[in-house]
Order: sequence, then C-alpha cells, then structure tokens
Amino acid sequence: MHEMSLCESILQVLEEQAHTQQYRKVKTVWLEIGALSGVEVEALRFSFDVVTQGSIAEQATLEIIEVPGQAWCLPCACNVAVQQLYDLCPHCGSHQLQVNSGDQMRIKELEVE
Amino acid sequence: MCGICGCGEGHSHSHDHDHDHPHDHGHSHNHGHDAEHAHAPGLSPKRMVQIEQDILAKNNRYAAENRHYFGGRGILALNLVSSPGSGKTTLLTKTIARLKEDIAITVIEGDQQTARDAERIRATGVQALQINTGKGCHLDAHRIGHALESLQPKDHSLVFIENVGNLVCPSAFDLGEAHKVVILSVTEGEDKPIKYPDMFHAADLMILNKTDLLPYLDFDAGQCIQYAKQVNPRIRILSLSAKTGEGMDSWLRWLKAELELQRIGYA
Repeated sequence: MHEMSLCESILQVLEEQAHTQQYRKVKTVWLEIGALSGVEVEALRFSFDVVTQGSIAEQATLEIIEVPGQAWCLPCACNVAVQQLYDLCPHCGSHQLQVNSGDQMRIKELEVE
Repeated sequence: MCGICGCGEGHSHSHDHDHDHPHDHGHSHNHGHDAEHAHAPGLSPKRMVQIEQDILAKNNRYAAENRHYFGGRGILALNLVSSPGSGKTTLLTKTIARLKEDIAITVIEGDQQTARDAERIRATGVQALQINTGKGCHLDAHRIGHALESLQPKDHSLVFIENVGNLVCPSAFDLGEAHKVVILSVTEGEDKPIKYPDMFHAADLMILNKTDLLPYLDFDAGQCIQYAKQVNPRIRILSLSAKTGEGMDSWLRWLKAELELQRIGYA
C-alpha cells in the first residue's frame, strides 16, 4: 500500500515531538496497527528503516501492536470478530457489519533519549 | 511561502484560506518510567513519551480544513477513485459537457506523470489543475489545499478530484471530499470489490462504467454489486456507459442532488 508515505508521516511526528518533548534520539516506536487498516506490516518495517536513515530515529526499533478487527452486526446487535472487510457475520451470515475497531494506525508511545 | 503550512512551495495568496492551523500535535506528555528504564548517572537518560497520535493525523487535519473550505462555500467536492483505465477522465469530460452551462466546475487531476488528463479536461472549457505525484501513489489533503488556493473554485460549484489510478492507496487518504466515488469498468472483472476491499469500503457511490461492453464480456454485474455490498453495505451503485450516454442521466441527477445538499449547508 502506501507504507512509505505512512513512515514519512511517522517520522514527521517524531521530529515535531523531538522539539516539544526535548529528545535527541528515538530508540523504540510503538505503533498500533489494526488488522483492517490495510497496512502491510512487513512493508512498513522495511519502509521505516529506509525513511529513518540519517534521522533522529535511525536504527530505532519498531514495535507493532496488532489490533484485531471487530465489527457491529446489525441483525445480531453484537460485536463480532472480522479478519477482512468483506467477512460475513460468523453467527448469522449477514454482511450488515459496521467496523468499529481494527482500522486504526496510531503512534502509541516512544522510548527516547 | 505556503499559507497553509509554511512549506515554502511558491504560491500566491490572493485570498484568505481560513486556515487557522489547529496545530494541536497531540497532547503528549512525559511520564517517568522509573524501574525498567532506570540508568546509571552520566549515561544519556532514556525515557518514555506517550504520543497517542493517528499516523494520518496531519493529513486528516488538512482534510478537515479542506472540508471546512468546501462547506463554507457550498461546494460539492468529489474524490474519484479507480484503477487506471476505468474511464474516469472520459466520464468527467462527458459529465462536464452536459453540466457546464448550468454549474461552475473545477477539476483537480492527479497522475504520477504527464499533464494529459488536465489537458483533456481544459479542452472542455473548464479550469483544471494537474498534480503530478511523481513516485507517490495517491493525492493527499495538503496538495489539495494548495490546488484550491490556485484554482479558487466558485461558491456553490462542483469540484472533481480525479485521484491517481490506483485501487489501493487513495482509500486511506481523506482529501476533505463529500464523497469518494469509486469507478469500476466492466472489463475489470466482478471480483474487484473483494480483491480491493479498502477502496470499496471507503466509497459512498460505485459507478459501474462501460456497460456498453457487457454483451461482449462474461461480467456478472449482479455478482459484482453483491460483492460491493458485502464489503460496504452502505454503498450505492449506478451503472452507466460514459461513451454511449446510457445511464448518464441518473449520474447527473445524483450530482445535482448532492450539490443541492451542499448549497443548503446540509452536513
């Protein structure tokens, strides 16, 4: 997908935060990536290493917290686990599902010095 | 310098873009993690910083500014997305030919290279701006903000943003549009909605284009629509042929109805 531009966005946030949070080096970045976010984690890792070369986050470790997909099934009126956007409700087989978790991509926490 | 972001990209600024820059870059705070991150005096101190920020937060801020811009002016902005060759530009030129007497139209064209699409649009007599994304695979809200500065679309007008032909990446980038409209041509195969679910999930309207070719293909339109609804139960579907004009009336009526909603400030 667009992992390279996502990594550029991540680096921008790290650089902005370096200013306000007064750090010079990023050691570890924790990201929360939802199973339905369309992000390919391996591509993200690769892009992160490329994008962060020569930056404050060079050689930083990327820790990915994977968040499972979840949707609200309208007919069942309950949350169900989904792996793909086109999954049907595992209980009733309906496609009337509204994704309510697992589509996020967030920077959660940093270890800095 | 750029009025939106200070990015130094040369643009004149003849109007105020009411960009009041919500530079609320997270509400991060330090918290001293003592035990596991303790260190000997004299070494550079490691510490934890909580960020809790969406990776696309910056794009989303620009998108919100664009949406505010459109909303305040009663402009209907549509983000047209599809794979390359689905007929987006032909659909646009035919649409413009039918509407331009009644409605002011502006087009932002996104392609990796060349200004060919913007030239095709300008040949219809409306203003168009080409954005070349170079290696980039999608348009982002920041570039749209700049395009609006130079295009200055009229109040109560129609702005079409023709995204880069790509069924994957543009789905994640909000441009501030009222709707993403995904165009799928019948030559592409009916299983595209489940092969590329992100895009069909993000779109509000699917246009099934090139229906004049259906007699020559094994395309199962019913199955295609079912797949699209499976990925996105809220998606609406219009079938048409931009080439022959079949089905175009419904699309034009949809556009006028949506524009009317923008004009009355319906949100």
